[in-house]
Amino acid sequence: MLRYIARRLILTIPMLLGISLVLFLIYNLVQIDPLVMIVGERAMDNPEVVAAAVKKWGLDRPIWEQYLTYVVNMARGDFGASFLTRRPVMDDLRLFLPATVELALSSLAFATVLGIPLGILAGVKYRSLFDRGVWFISLLNASLPPFWTGLIFLTIFYFYLGIMPGPGRLDPRMSDPERVTGLYTVDSLLAGDVQAFGSTLHHLVLPTLILGGFTLALVVRVTRAAIIEEMRRDYIRTARGKGLSERRVIVRHALRNVMMPLVTILGLAFAGLLSGAVMTETVFDWPGLGQYLVKAAVNFDYPAIQGGTLLIAIVYVLVNLVVDVMYGLLDPRVRYD
Amino acid sequence: MTDAVRLKPEHAVQPLKARREQGGLREHVRKYPAFWVGLAILLFFGLLIIFAEQIAAADPLAQDLSVRLKPPSAEHPFGTDELGRDIYSRTVHGARVSLPASFFVVVVSVVVGSLLGALAGFLGGVVEEVVMRVADVTLAFPSIVLALAISAFLGPSLTNAILAACVVLWPEYARLMRSQVLVIRSLDYILAARSLGLPEWYILVRHVLPNAWTPLIIKASLDVGGIILLVSALSFLGLGVTPPTAEWGAMIALGRTKFYQWWLATFPGLAILIVIFACNLLSEGLRDWLDPNYR
Repeated sequence: MLRYIARRLILTIPMLLGISLVLFLIYNLVQIDPLVMIVGERAMDNPEVVAAAVKKWGLDRPIWEQYLTYVVNMARGDFGASFLTRRPVMDDLRLFLPATVELALSSLAFATVLGIPLGILAGVKYRSLFDRGVWFISLLNASLPPFWTGLIFLTIFYFYLGIMPGPGRLDPRMSDPERVTGLYTVDSLLAGDVQAFGSTLHHLVLPTLILGGFTLALVVRVTRAAIIEEMRRDYIRTARGKGLSERRVIVRHALRNVMMPLVTILGLAFAGLLSGAVMTETVFDWPGLGQYLVKAAVNFDYPAIQGGTLLIAIVYVLVNLVVDVMYGLLDPRVRYD
Repeated sequence: MTDAVRLKPEHAVQPLKARREQGGLREHVRKYPAFWVGLAILLFFGLLIIFAEQIAAADPLAQDLSVRLKPPSAEHPFGTDELGRDIYSRTVHGARVSLPASFFVVVVSVVVGSLLGALAGFLGGVVEEVVMRVADVTLAFPSIVLALAISAFLGPSLTNAILAACVVLWPEYARLMRSQVLVIRSLDYILAARSLGLPEWYILVRHVLPNAWTPLIIKASLDVGGIILLVSALSFLGLGVTPPTAEWGAMIALGRTKFYQWWLATFPGLAILIVIFACNLLSEGLRDWLDPNYR
């Protein structure tokens, strides 16, 4: 098991090198002066800064050596400085990542807590009116452009009805909780600020509905398909033959085997959450990685784009690794060799 | 001199044609309503594209500052935007941007991806390694994140958004096609074809590929909707279609901070929603129809 994890981790290294190579090639192909990228336009007049950057990033060396230097600097967590915030990109990412994590976790929780029971019911009552209704709604849900739905929700629930807060993570009249984890829900509780905690939860509702909605459709569909498949198996007939209640047959027998395909789509769902975050965070003015990336892209803040994209790719690769490992933990038939 | 019988492609037993659907068109519509409803909606949008000038006579770019930000009325059924442009006309003409762009991206990705995927699966070796590693690396990014980075580096324009979309989409087809080829290659009828002495390229073209298409077609119909979402999202974020072109995502962006003028974002958004929904329906219907293993 541990050997498997170790081997998989080693195998991600060429993957990450490939990812960094793609990003390196993109900016070399489009003929942007890498020096401007690293030191920022304002510092270009300062010969000392420029000379230091040339030395550090090996810009006077041949291109393959430049790539090596680039990889080494990246591996040290040095992505250069952002043009916009003028801080090291790494510090920025640390600052913005928690907001995205908080939103993604709450969306994932929403999607699974609602999606698994819905999927089970639809699958058990296969081809019933309820099943068709769930199918139709999840298909419609999967067709909603999140940046538009977010806007419509804000218009209705915030602007016209006034029952939901506007964009942002916290009531603007409140001060941010002292930063410990960067997750406002956790930090506000640690600070003992119940009001801030309530406001944070309230602000999470709409973005969670939008971002989690897409994942919800995915979870419902996979659960439904899996339960239909499992309910036809022999062991279900045996369980029924023993005289178990239908409820017990589903919860104790079928559900365990439905977990497998659900874990498999977790990686996919996570990618969806990261993609969705780019759009949702922009609409809800949510200070996360997605918004950071969009702002960087619109303002041609190349170091920030590079660092942010690389971080997302790394997170994504690691999540897929975790999914593969969980797969083995849940199903003893999966062997690691 | 012995006249060895040399088998040529035309001696091969032709692959069995798929069993004809029982019943006529009516029966087919009754059995696969999702497919037909989706197709009908897309055909409707096809008509919008062809007859945009007749359906929406107002110039989508014409500005009239005397009617700025007017709510829907008889004269402007979807209202007007900040520059007094007719939103109905802009929504109808917007179909001319999103749909053909998305269709183009999917066709290019299917052709390039399935070709490379088929070669990788069939040839193996170095070709497979190179193609699949490039695909793996591309698939390591969530699609919109990579598209965002590419558009940012290349600069905002429809062409670059299309290019970015092609870059993120083709590997999915390469991977799918390769796995299809690998499965089919190990089936008995391929062994039979090979034992008849048929050339490898012929087996690939006549026996493997025709049986590998189904999941690709189902995926392609779904992806037309997905790419519309991707391109309009890029435009919404300011990295795709540039003003003043009437494009749905860019139109929604104009309504972002204007809660009072709800009509700015509502109608182009509905257009995106309906098209993507139609693609999803079409894809579901195709799956029921073409893939007997999936029920």
